[in-house]
Formats: sequence, structure tokens, C-alpha cells
Amino acid sequence: MADAFSGGSLRIEGVSKYFGAFRAVNEVDLEIRKGEFLTLLGPSGSGKTTLLMMIAGFLDITSGDIALDGSSIAEVPAEKRNFGMVFQGYALFPHMTVRDNIGYALSVRKRPEAEIRARVDEMLELVQLQDFANRKPGQLSGGQQQRVALARALCFAPPVLLLDEPLGALDKKLRVEVQEQLKDIHRRVGTTFIYVTHDQEEALSMSDRIVIMRDGAIEQVGSPQELYERPATRFAASFLGKSNFIHQNGRAYALRPEKIDIHLGSGHPQARRSGTITSITYFGSMQRIIVETTEAEQIEVDIDVWRNRQPLHEGEVVELSWQDAAAVELNES
Amino acid sequence: MNAVARHIHPGWAIIAPLLVLVVALYLGPILNIMWLSVTDPEPGLGNYRKLFEGDTLLRIVWTTLRICVITTVFSVTLGYSIAYAMVHCHQRQKNYMLTLLLVSFWISILVRTFSWLMLLGRNGLVNNTLETLGLISAPIAFMRNELGVLIGMVHYMIPYAVLPLLVSMQSLDSRVMDASRNLGASGSQTFWRIYLPLTLPGIVASTLLVFILSLGFYVTPAVLGGGKVLMVAEYISVQLLVTLKWGTAAMLAALMLAGVLAMLWIMSRFMKLSAVFGGSTR
Ligand SMILES: Nc1ncnc2c1ncn2[C@@H]1O[C@H](COP(=O)(O)OP(=O)(O)O)[C@@H](O)[C@H]1O
Ligand SMILES: [Mg+2]
Repeated sequence: MADAFSGGSLRIEGVSKYFGAFRAVNEVDLEIRKGEFLTLLGPSGSGKTTLLMMIAGFLDITSGDIALDGSSIAEVPAEKRNFGMVFQGYALFPHMTVRDNIGYALSVRKRPEAEIRARVDEMLELVQLQDFANRKPGQLSGGQQQRVALARALCFAPPVLLLDEPLGALDKKLRVEVQEQLKDIHRRVGTTFIYVTHDQEEALSMSDRIVIMRDGAIEQVGSPQELYERPATRFAASFLGKSNFIHQNGRAYALRPEKIDIHLGSGHPQARRSGTITSITYFGSMQRIIVETTEAEQIEVDIDVWRNRQPLHEGEVVELSWQDAAAVELNES
Repeated sequence: MNAVARHIHPGWAIIAPLLVLVVALYLGPILNIMWLSVTDPEPGLGNYRKLFEGDTLLRIVWTTLRICVITTVFSVTLGYSIAYAMVHCHQRQKNYMLTLLLVSFWISILVRTFSWLMLLGRNGLVNNTLETLGLISAPIAFMRNELGVLIGMVHYMIPYAVLPLLVSMQSLDSRVMDASRNLGASGSQTFWRIYLPLTLPGIVASTLLVFILSLGFYVTPAVLGGGKVLMVAEYISVQLLVTLKWGTAAMLAALMLAGVLAMLWIMSRFMKLSAVFGGSTR
């Protein structure tokens, strides 16, 4: 089903947005590939929504250009862009049934009633809401509303689907469930997804590529593995996962806590640091240990509890070691 | 029943004495009027029967209803445009518009009615200007007819029409309109299919408010109608003060009260409907 979709590719070139003198988006260059799941990740206020609104056509771009499949859409009004969008807070039509909400895009395009009906049925099945077609949005749970918003945005087979923190209003457990559904729907429909979130776990588990944004500019772009394994900056390393920062020979390195080995006592041949355990926090599958080194650094070490069964205690003297590849050099200015 | 019980708040105890006083002072006279309508000059439904004997009374009721409906239609339509403009313009212009609206709200009805007298009279500003420009050869009769009454009443009612609409439009979530555009709807499709239905509770509230207020209009029809356009309120005052037929006056008053209560009942039905809409417009 739903195989009539084909994703579009987007090219964002030197796009900036000023609100008065305030620069919300700064010279963003980005290629978004056909059919990929791309996530814009960044703290609140980093310009994610603004960038998305410019792609959707709700905000004019101050400078730069946006092109869909090679042709510029900068001058195309929002209602002519044919991009699906799931709004923050969903923005469902409260006076219409779920069926009318989902069929709205086809209905304003004056498509025949039978076609709309069939297509809406298909969408209801895609998001598993067949039994709720005649309810109003106010009678649905948050997760169901989210799925209506998704179905409404996908109903007219848009080449690109924009999602602005679609899971923000859901509780944690439901969020994980919906993430999987979203991922599954993305696989099935083949539309290009541009997904905005400030939740790093969400970004890591769902995306083909992640764009880390900071103060309106792109900090780093890459696959989840690339970004996690090879963060380019301190910001990228600390925003996506946890990281220690160490200095060696005047250079800065990021070092993930789980890539450090800890050894009791002293005299280990590969030891790079020695120090004292200042705290141990138990998380079930792993333990987080904070070591204060003789260089006066605080280093966090995550230990797999099952594979490292040596008992550790606060105040003990330990040594730390890691492989060369574990420490990633950062561009520090 | 449950809903009623849940809404009784301990705070009611504090305002209870005042409430009792108000109810007594309002309910007393109203009951008195209803009593009069079936007892004066003699017990029975004689006063009500008069409605259907001869056509004077019926004609007055009909004139009143017609003027009220036309006034309501124009006031709410114009009020809708004004409220729309106010909600969607810049803050500064909005403040100007709100000030103008409130100023006309606060000016006494007498002053406003007499201003129209000056403007619309045979030698008023409007007729003089049109004649000077050569657009008309004889003065247009704006006064002493229904047209004058309607102009005066619509003008007076517009602020009342605007306020409920303003509240309703301001509480709309603008993202819903964005969503409509994003889904490919043109501006007019978005207006007819999303904006208008979502502001319907405001339209209903505004319509009923204007209609109910118009029913009891006295000064404007009396002055601008010049005795030619007799509405219920003026007729009641004539019965009370000139012909001293208190029973007839009381009957008409009771009739209007019943009409207003019926409209309020309709309004309460509509307000429940708006709750059914649910979602983001609460
Ligand atoms: N309409 C606007 N007028 C002025 N400033 C705005 C407007 N919209 C967003 N901003 C500012 O632009 C910055 C980026 O906002 P936004 O794109 O919403 O961030 P995010 O979605 O990443 O949280 C913020 O500092 C915000 O205050
Ligand atoms: Mg945002």
C-alpha cells in the first residue's frame, strides 16, 4: 500500500533568517536526499522551527535559496508547496471528524468523493485508527491525535514531510512506541522526512542523518554513528551522548565514558591516568563512576556491571586506560 | 445534575446575601408585570387576546422583529469584518481601533442618536454635501422612516457585535490556519471551511446579544423614526404614560421577556455545541 509516494530531494543554500536585527538562522547549507529521514537536533532556540517554517513556506527567507528536486521554491507560497507538515501541538481541525481532517488536503483539491474515501481509509489503516474515523480530535488521546496529524499530512502523498517535535507532548513510554511506528511508516511510504527534535535519543534511534544545530547555524552533519563516534566539536560531543573532555599536548579530545577501562590499584601497563573514585552511581545494567585524576580532571567512566565484576568503592585509587581510537580530536578554536 | 453539583463552589456563600437581594429586586417587579398582564383591567387572558384582535399590535410586533433582524444582520456582518481586521492587524493599529470602538461604546445613546439627526436631516451634512456635489436634486429622506432607525441602531450595536467576535477570534490557534494552508487550501477555502466554523460560537453570541438588545430599543426609533416607526418599547411607554393601559403594556413586556428567554435558551444550546467542538478552541 501507499507505494504511490516518491520522496523529493531538497537543497538549502546559504539560508539565513533575521527577525529584525536578530539572526535566528545563519547561513545554513544542507542537502537533503530523496527519501531519507533527516533530523534537525539542537537545544531550544537554536533555530530548528524557524528553518522548518522556511522550508514549509510560512516564513520568508531573508537570504539564500531552497530548491526542491533542482528547482527553487523560495517564491512558492506555502499552499502551493505540497509539503506535508506535522505541527508542534498537531493543529488538528477541532470541528471536523478524524476522517474529514485526514481527507482535507484532497477535499480542497476538489478530488472525487470516492477517491477521497478510499485514500482516507488507506491512511486510517496506515496509522491504525480505523475505529476512530468518526470521532472529533477532542475525543482522542495525545498519541491518537499525533497519528491523525501524521495521516492528514501524508494523505496527499507529499514529496517531503516536515515534523516539528511531534512527540513532544507524549509521555516517555508512549514516545518510544510512537518512534517505532514513525520509523516503520517512513520505511513504508518512502517520503523524505525532516524531523525536528531536541531529544538526542530520539535523533539517534530514528535518523538516517542528523544535523546538529547551534545558535541558528549547523554545527555538524552526519549519520548517528558518525556523529557519536566522531564528534567534531565539544558542543556536538556533549549534545549527542555524554562525553569527557581531556587535553593532551595542547590538543582537546572527546572521550566517551563507556570507552574507558578502569583498573584497581596502580602499575597497569596501559594506564593513561590515575586517580581516586569520588562517586559511584548504579543504573542496573551499568555503573557510572567519577574519577578525580591526579591532573585534577573529573573523568566519568561507564562500566558494564556484568562484564566488570570487580567490586569498586568510593575513595579507592584506580588507573584509567583507553585505546587511541577512543579519544576523538576536536576542532577547538 | 452532576455538572450542577460540581459547579457549586463554597464562594457562593459569600455572595449569597447580595444574590438574594438582586433576585428579589429583579424578580419582584418582573413577577408583578406578569401578574398585571393577566389581571389588568380584568382577570383573564384578555390582554393577550388583543394581539389578534385588530392588526395594530401585530403590526408593531412585526415591525419590531423586522427591524431587529435587519439590524442584527448588518451589525454582526460589519462587526465580523471589524473584529477580523482588529485581530489581524498590527498591535498599534489594533489599539487605535479598540480605542475608537470603546469611545463609541461609552458615548451616550442620546448623543449618538442626535448626531445622526444632524447628519441625516433634510438640511443635514449628508444631504447638503450630496446636493452641493450635484449628485442628488432633492434631499434623500433618511429620517422619519425605517432607514433612519436602521442606520442609528446598526451604528449603536456594532461595538456590541464586535466584542464577542473579538474574543472568539483571539482564542483561535493560528497554527490551525497554517495547517490548512499547508494542506493546500486557498485563503478563501481556509476562511469558509476552518475560520468561519471555528468562530461560529462567537457569531451566535454576537447575534443573540445584538438581537436581544435591539428588541428593547427605545430612544433611537423614537427620535430617528419620528413617530412613523413604532416599535414595541416605544408603544409600551405610550401605553404606560399616555393611554394608561397598563395591562397591554405588561402583556407586551411579558411577551418580550418570553422572547428573550427563548433566545437565551437557544444560546445555551449553542454554547454546549461549542464544547463539543473540543480540541484547541475551548
Ligand atoms: N517570529 C519571531 N520573532 C522574533 N524572534 C523569533 C521569532 N520566531 C523565533 N524567534 C527567535 O529565533 C530563535 C530560534 O527560534 P526557533 O526556531 O523557534 O528555535 P527552536 O525551534 O530550535 O527552539 C529563538 O531565539 C526565538 O526567540
Ligand atoms: Mg521549536
